[in-house]
Amino acid sequence: MITVEDLYFGYQADRPILAGINFSVARGDLFALMGPSGSGKTTILRLFNLFITPWHGRILLDKVDLQRLTGKERLGMQRRMAMVFEAPALFNTSVAANIAYGLKVRHEKRATINNAVQEMLALIGLQKIARKSSSLLSRGEAQRVAIARAMIVRPEILFLDEPTANLDPHNVSRIEELIRTVNEQFGTTIVMTTHNMGQARRLATTVGFLYDGQLVEWGDTKTIFTAAVDERTTAFISGDLVC
Amino acid sequence: MESFHFLWVSLTQAVSLLLRLDPPLISIIDVSLRVAFTALLIGSAIAIPIAVLLTSKNFPGRQFLRMLINVGMGLPSVIAGVVVLLLLTARGPFGAFNLLWTPTAMVISQTVLITPLITGVMISSLLGVDQRVKDAAVSLGANRAQRALVILREAHYGMLTALMAGFGRAIAEVGSVIMVGGNIAWADGISHTRTLTTAMILEVRRGNFEQALALGIILLTLVLVVNWIAIWLQRRAGR
Ligand SMILES: Nc1ncnc2c1ncn2[C@@H]1O[C@H](COP(=O)(O)OP(=O)(O)OP(=O)(O)O)[C@@H](O)[C@H]1O
Ligand SMILES: [Mg+2]
Repeated sequence: MITVEDLYFGYQADRPILAGINFSVARGDLFALMGPSGSGKTTILRLFNLFITPWHGRILLDKVDLQRLTGKERLGMQRRMAMVFEAPALFNTSVAANIAYGLKVRHEKRATINNAVQEMLALIGLQKIARKSSSLLSRGEAQRVAIARAMIVRPEILFLDEPTANLDPHNVSRIEELIRTVNEQFGTTIVMTTHNMGQARRLATTVGFLYDGQLVEWGDTKTIFTAAVDERTTAFISGDLVC
Repeated sequence: MESFHFLWVSLTQAVSLLLRLDPPLISIIDVSLRVAFTALLIGSAIAIPIAVLLTSKNFPGRQFLRMLINVGMGLPSVIAGVVVLLLLTARGPFGAFNLLWTPTAMVISQTVLITPLITGVMISSLLGVDQRVKDAAVSLGANRAQRALVILREAHYGMLTALMAGFGRAIAEVGSVIMVGGNIAWADGISHTRTLTTAMILEVRRGNFEQALALGIILLTLVLVVNWIAIWLQRRAGR
């Protein structure tokens, strides 16, 4: 469903962050992108979301080139995806209003929105605090609300940037459970980044390893974790390097 | 403590003026509030779109415009007064409208004064909105206008501060208001272009210092009440 071809990008003209990236993600996959801090994982997600444009190369979503969209098509394309940023910032309103936002901007009917919000609250197990102000939430709760806020629009692809960073083990497993539910029950294609090897192993169907602007490893989770080709990946997997 | 007796005199005068519903005073308050609120309304109608534009779109000259606004924030009121005076005077370009010495002239000069102030405070509060919140709106499918609405909403506290600052400057304004309004009251004391501040100046010139301070106390009370109402409205809207 997603194809990335020979992607180049950098924030400064002479400093490429991504130098020739190729991979694809099939519908229903859960792709985990790994790599050391600063390797460009978040940058890739921002490219998908059209926040930035590549220097060179293409990103195709169902054969549509993201760079060749007109203004109107752009919004339509953006509305097929949803993203949960690293350390997500919620709107300074109630939990329910945060979750409802994506349907509101799509001008859905009030009753439709209310039902969907209830469904999402049940999904994340936070029905009791629907009216609470988002500024009062714990980090784990805020992350769950951010995922519900993205999922309410039933995106074809959900991007998650380090969804369990800075969470305690209990909340990590909760969020992982939620991600699995979204992937399996809703059938949503997920592209996530993580520093957590175990997490990638537990959740992902395919994984990729980003290193020095290259995707040095890309493939089926089991294969990569048992027979990685690049020595840097093997070092990460064996725990000699922490990524 | 005897020397602070004037405070007590002024306070009791302020209360008794208010309780008597002294017609000249009521008319002065009426003119003050009407002129300030009209200027605020026009000023914010101009300021909000400018602030949104200068914080959302990148175009050449944006930095220069922001600088201009910052200069305007500190515009001395006598300058605004003289300019409006020259524009409205009988021989001036807008002399035919006969606006000099009317509340309309006061509204014009106050609008000139407060619009840059409101815009400047709004710009800084809009710039203060977390980039991640803006990105979140876009990633959830917001179009340009919807994104702008989110930013306005997130900045609502600063936006209200901008309005209150504008109102405060308008109602406290003396220099330009006296120049283009003329501090006129009819023979029965009913205000035409007399405001609380210009009336204070008059009382000071007459040597009625306690009376002037009484008017000052009423002015501050008004500003306080308006602020209270604004904060109360904001709380209600926030729920
Ligand atoms: N807006 C920006 N302007 C300039 N440089 C940036 C910007 N955003 C990121 N960078 C740089 O690009 C590189 C890649 O950043 P990116 O955030 O994609 O890394 P990451 O893999 O997500 O790292 P982490 O694991 O720490 O989140 C880093 O060197 C970073 O300093
Ligand atoms: Mg990152």
